[in-house]
Amino acid sequence: MMRFNRLQAGYQGRAVTPVVDGELASGSMTALIGANGTGKSTLLKTIAGLLPPISGNCELQIPRKALGWLPQRTELETRFPLTAYELVAMGCWPRCGWFGGINRGLRLEIDAALDAVQMREFADAQPSTLSGGQLQRVLFARLMLQRSQLWLLDEPFNGIDTQTVTLLMSVLEQQQQAGTTLLVVLHDRPLVARYFQDVLSLDNAASALTPQLRRVAS
Amino acid sequence: MTLIQPFIEFGFMRRALVACVALAISATPLGVFLSLRRMSLVGDALSHAVLPGAAIGYLVSGLSLVAMGIGGLIAGLAVALLSGAVSRYTPLKEDASFSGFYLGSLALGVTLVSLRGSSVDLLHVLFGSLLAVDNAAILLVGGIAAFTLLLLAVIFRPLVIDAFDPDFLRAQGKWSAPLVHGLFLMLVVLNLVAGFQVLGTLMSVGLMMLPATSARFWSRHLACMLGIAMLLAIVSAFIGLILSWHFSLPAGPAVVLSAAVLFLLSVLTGPCGGLLRR
Repeated sequence: MMRFNRLQAGYQGRAVTPVVDGELASGSMTALIGANGTGKSTLLKTIAGLLPPISGNCELQIPRKALGWLPQRTELETRFPLTAYELVAMGCWPRCGWFGGINRGLRLEIDAALDAVQMREFADAQPSTLSGGQLQRVLFARLMLQRSQLWLLDEPFNGIDTQTVTLLMSVLEQQQQAGTTLLVVLHDRPLVARYFQDVLSLDNAASALTPQLRRVAS
Repeated sequence: MTLIQPFIEFGFMRRALVACVALAISATPLGVFLSLRRMSLVGDALSHAVLPGAAIGYLVSGLSLVAMGIGGLIAGLAVALLSGAVSRYTPLKEDASFSGFYLGSLALGVTLVSLRGSSVDLLHVLFGSLLAVDNAAILLVGGIAAFTLLLLAVIFRPLVIDAFDPDFLRAQGKWSAPLVHGLFLMLVVLNLVAGFQVLGTLMSVGLMMLPATSARFWSRHLACMLGIAMLLAIVSAFIGLILSWHFSLPAGPAVVLSAAVLFLLSVLTGPCGGLLRR
C-alpha cells in the first residue's frame, strides 16, 4: 500500500523526523507513535502530500482521491456556519466533485454513517455547538463517506471521552476488516498496546536513524 | 417623497443606486466568506493595493473609469499573487505579507496621483464620485456583478469545504484548493475595482465587509447570512445615497457610514450573539 524510501519529513527545509524506511501492507492498522517533537504529525502530513518531503519519498499505490485524511480538530474552522449533516456530506467530494448532485443513494449513505457514529440526532447541529468527541464522530462519518482505501488519522483520540474512543476504535476495526489501510498518530500508549499490532515508532532516532517498522507483542 | 425624488429626478442618482445595488449583491457574499475565513483585513489590504493601478490608468487617460478599472485590476491581482507566493514560500503569514505589499502599493498610488492631479482628483479616486458613474461604468459594474455571481456559484462547494477544513481539498488533489483560493481572491479584486468606480478605493471595501460582518448577528445559517448581508448592503446604499444628496456628502463615506451604523445596531441587537440579547 505504501513504501517509505528513506523518507524524512520536516518544515521549511528543516528535518524534524528521523529517516523512515519500510513498508505498510495493504489492510494493516498501524499506530504512529513517538515523544513530543519527533514529528508524528509532520510525517503524516508529508504522506498525505500536505508537506513536501525533506528527503527521500513515500510511494502510495493509490490515487490521491482514494486517500482519507482526518485533520486535528484545532485545524478546522469550527465557527463556520455548517451543519453536521453538511459536514458529513463533504465526504461525497471524491465521488461528486464540483458539480455532481448528492442523490438519494448518497443521502442514505450519509444517514447510515451518522447512525454508525450515533450522531443522527445531531444532524442539524453546528460544529461550534458540538463537544470534541461529538465533532470527532462526525469527522469519522465524513471519512466513511469518502470510501478511502487509506486512512491517515492525526491524533484522533486527543482529549476525547473514553466512550467515544471505544466507539471510534470499533469503526476503525470494521474499516480494517473491510480492507482499508490505517495509519494513526497516537500518544496514548495503553490504547496502542490494546488495539494495535503494528507500530511505527519515531523514538529510537538516537540508537538508529532508521526506525524500521516493527511488530510489538502479538 | 424626499426619499425617492432624487432618484426620479436625476439620472446620475439612479445610475449610482443601480451600481450600488449591483455591488451589494455581488460584493457582500465575498465579504461573508472573507469574514468567515478570518480574512477581513485581506479585503482591506486589497482595496488599498488597487490604488497605484488606478492611478496609472488616471495618469494615462484622465478620469476614465475603464482605464482606471483595468489598472486597478492588474495592481490588485499582482498584490494578491505576490502575497500568496510570499506566504507560501517563506515563513511569513498571509496577513503579514499582504500588509507589507498593500502599504507599499498605497504609498505608490498616492504618489502617482499627486504627480499630476490636484488634491481634488485624489479625493475622487480615494472616495469616489457619483457624477463619474456614466453608462459605461454601469455596464462594467453590472457585468462584474453578473460574472461574480456566476463564478461564485461554480466554486461555491469547494469554497465552503476549503473555508471549513483547508487541508481536505489539498489532501484530495494538487490543484483544486489553490485554484479555488485564487479564483476567490480574483473575485474580491474584481469587486473592489467595480466598487471604486462609485465609492472610491478606500470605501468600496466597506460595502463588502460591513454588511457581511453584520449578517453574522442575524443568522447562523450560511444561506440566510448571504441573503441578509445583501439586504443590509442594499439598505445602506440607499440610505447613504439619500444622505449624500440631501447633505452634499461624498457618496462613498455616506454609504459606508450607513453600513457602519447598521453594523453597530446588529452588534447590539442581533439575535445571534448581539450584546443586548444576552
